[in-house]
Amino acid sequence: MTINAAGWRPEAPQADGGEPGTWTGNKALMLEEPLIFEIGDAATTGVDFEMPSSPEVEGGNFLAGLERNRAIGLPGLTEPEAVRHYTRLSRQNYAIDLGLFPLGSCTMKHNPRLNEKVARMPGFADIHPLQPIDTVQGALELIARLGEWLVKLTGMHSVAMSPKAGAHGELCGLLAIRAALEARGDAREVILVPESAHGTNPATAAFAGYRVENIPANARGRVDLAALQARLGPDVAAVMITNPNTCGLFEPDMVAISRAVHDAGALVYCDGANFNAIVGRVRPGDLGIDAMHINLHKTFSTPHGGGGPGSGPVVFSEALTPFAPLPFVEKQGGHFVLVEEETAGDHHARSFGRMVAFHGQMGMFTRALAYILSHGADGLRQVSSDAVLNANYVLRQLDDVLDAPFGDSGPCMHEALFSDKGFAGGLTTLDLAKGLIDEGFHPMTMYFPLVVHGAMLVEPTETESKAALDQFIGALRNVAERAKAGDPALKAAPIHAPRRRLDETLAARKPVLVWTEPPSAEAAE
Amino acid sequence: MRYLPLAQSDREQMLAAIGAGSIEDLFVDVPESARLGDKIAGLPDHASELSVERQLAAMARRNLVAGDSPFFLGCGAYRHHIPASVDHLIQRGEFLTSYTPYQPEIAQGTLQALFEFQTQVARLYGCDVANASMYDGSTACWEAIGMARRITRRGKAILSSGLHPHYVSVAQTMARFTGDQLETTLPELSGESDVARLLEAIDAETSCVVVQYPDILGRISDLSDLAARAHELGALLIAVVTEPVALGLIRSPGEMGADIVVGEGQSIGVGLNFGGPYVGLFATRDKYVRQMPGRLAGETVDAEGRRGFVLTLSTREQHIRREKATSNICTNSGLCALAFSIHMTLLGEAGLRSLAEANHARAAAAAGRLTEVEGVELVNRSFFNEFTLRLPREARPVVRAMAEKGVLGGVSLGRLYPGAEALENGLVVAVTETVTDDDVEAFASVLEGALA
Repeated sequence: MTINAAGWRPEAPQADGGEPGTWTGNKALMLEEPLIFEIGDAATTGVDFEMPSSPEVEGGNFLAGLERNRAIGLPGLTEPEAVRHYTRLSRQNYAIDLGLFPLGSCTMKHNPRLNEKVARMPGFADIHPLQPIDTVQGALELIARLGEWLVKLTGMHSVAMSPKAGAHGELCGLLAIRAALEARGDAREVILVPESAHGTNPATAAFAGYRVENIPANARGRVDLAALQARLGPDVAAVMITNPNTCGLFEPDMVAISRAVHDAGALVYCDGANFNAIVGRVRPGDLGIDAMHINLHKTFSTPHGGGGPGSGPVVFSEALTPFAPLPFVEKQGGHFVLVEEETAGDHHARSFGRMVAFHGQMGMFTRALAYILSHGADGLRQVSSDAVLNANYVLRQLDDVLDAPFGDSGPCMHEALFSDKGFAGGLTTLDLAKGLIDEGFHPMTMYFPLVVHGAMLVEPTETESKAALDQFIGALRNVAERAKAGDPALKAAPIHAPRRRLDETLAARKPVLVWTEPPSAEAAE
Repeated sequence: MRYLPLAQSDREQMLAAIGAGSIEDLFVDVPESARLGDKIAGLPDHASELSVERQLAAMARRNLVAGDSPFFLGCGAYRHHIPASVDHLIQRGEFLTSYTPYQPEIAQGTLQALFEFQTQVARLYGCDVANASMYDGSTACWEAIGMARRITRRGKAILSSGLHPHYVSVAQTMARFTGDQLETTLPELSGESDVARLLEAIDAETSCVVVQYPDILGRISDLSDLAARAHELGALLIAVVTEPVALGLIRSPGEMGADIVVGEGQSIGVGLNFGGPYVGLFATRDKYVRQMPGRLAGETVDAEGRRGFVLTLSTREQHIRREKATSNICTNSGLCALAFSIHMTLLGEAGLRSLAEANHARAAAAAGRLTEVEGVELVNRSFFNEFTLRLPREARPVVRAMAEKGVLGGVSLGRLYPGAEALENGLVVAVTETVTDDDVEAFASVLEGALA
């Protein structure tokens, strides 16, 4: 098989753009870009090699007779072509660097460039995870220092640094809970999860071998304490709760919830996705929580990178600490050690084991520590203050035009929740979101939490100026008014984005997940 | 407070607009007992960019940098040269500071790149489809075992003794909670892999056989018989590839009949980073795609008929299926997948083959030179860019002694298999294109000294 066998390189528009067309299909700075499989070929490379002085291995090779005998089908591009390809692709993305990114529960705040710089220091980026411990003392110190900050900021007892992302952290917390319960000979089967929970919560509970049951919310958008108490019993292992919750509200009964859960012999897991609202102001340890993951890629601003990598360290209460996963860093005298399988036996025999190869997301740790040191104790407190202030400002500037289902129950935390109540002409939250794209903004989180009809969850974060907020509020007000007036043009939005609405049904019904040579090119072969 | 744009006057205006007297009023729902009156004590205040950079640099200096020393470590993480343009491109703000592409109209850049990535991975592995990445190789491996359980409805997985011990540990941790039964054993310090044992071990209860290719000691085995035997008994073959560069030179697991191929993609584009972030690769056959974990980018058309890409088949995923999802994974390794894809595009097929040839030739030359050291034997009969040496004494202290002389001379099997006496003389040595003839000489001479 050869790639691009017909030698086709795009030189004419692939499809008519609808509007007055251009010969290329481009629109000034909006440039169309084909796939690498359509512009590259198997013979081209953008990398030069210095081959070893004697490339022939004496007596053949050591490949066990398994040399490749078929082409792989990987196109290559020279450096100028590759740089142009990816630069053109990048320009079809929205990003925090371009504007406000109000995705509720995702905490899309500014990513400081200092953090990128320090993560690339060779002392962190160019060291191997299995180097002798004496040669990586600075790396272990960095992990230990970040861990200390996380423990102090949360008022908890210990921290596991290895989980790779939030959902992986949830799994870490639940496995520690399960190990603790098993250690006391108390196998329990059920995890209680509020209806408003992130989808990862029930998925993680099931992944850890638990049965999931929902706890209802009350009219004020909080966990129904009475219903929770009624359900607690000897079969309940833990309650997974998000606080502040996914309606953007603090759970005022949190201390009572924790007490009730503990009284029933169960443990409290907190989803820390919304920690940005309370960092420096409230310590989860003071709320009776036993385990909580922290999304370094949310609260501590390591970049989302279009879907990761993240990092999800988990803080533990004293009760769960003995069950925390391997490996972890300890200081012994003036020396940092890595407690792995072999050394755990001495003093950490009850660890539930290893969750991942090596030691976690070092590249995220350096960025998060740089972020934390930059802000300091005073700055982090200001972070949550400004995040909550910005969200309340958005809530109160818009609650006359958009329905705020819990607007009467007091201030929100770091995100403002609206519903689609009052939209006319069959327009939906989706239509409003796509209208916002035409105004130059990434939409808010849509249809989540599930407990609110047509939910719109807006999290502005603390890194927005008042002017940026005012522009966003103006845009959202305008689109909301159109939705309430039933403006049919909104159904067609977006019209100014690189693509109009995409056919997701077609994508799912006839999945095309990899590129294949078009039939015409094969015929020409 | 260089990252916080609100001025005090803004805050006052905004509080007035909200109708709140102070910031404290916004936290009324927090029980008084849990409200901190002031910043947390015992932690430093905010610091300048210069100061933070200095503090981090001080810690960075206390590490021995791979690039500053003759360097021969592998075992699941490999040091390769990464073209400068890769890091430049992934630092474009439109990639770096974008979110998961849930709004496809303004995320075509990420989505098209993921579609290209999926195609590259599927082809490299010899599979029909690949997903948009997992956290890393070890978690991808466990997810594959779980997927095999769902497909075969059997709970017994047989792990090759040549599978990376951390990957085995991860699977053991998870199996303890899911009830999967894992059969595993320690490797032997021998040129022969355990394919023969695995062929015997597969039975009608087996969900899958998991085999690493090349394995932890660097050995390469034909997987065709294993695939045939597994299929005969209704089991799946899972192949794990921790060094993707090898596939530039040797046959892909998919070609040899593997049903699921997973692995670590770090070698291409990502860098060592002390173990993370890395990028898990996951590929399989078309017929199993609905049992796959993780995100998938798919091709479609927009309202004007133009080609575009979206995240698809999300009915497998946690945000739709909740407790019935195929996995709980959400955030994965998007930016590392992009780095992999860019580096792979720069290489192309010709470049990948040259890279693989350079690795193999350098490794073969190094194996020749190191076995000239008295008492040192080559364990492998086959290898790509990594092989195992049998030293005349325990390897772990030798590695430490060499590090004191500034040579990072491989991974001792004592580090990977603590307490396994039969393996303690084993030293796994990786040799990539970054290793020079002088590095090999330095290694040989320091090794000689350490053994003398």
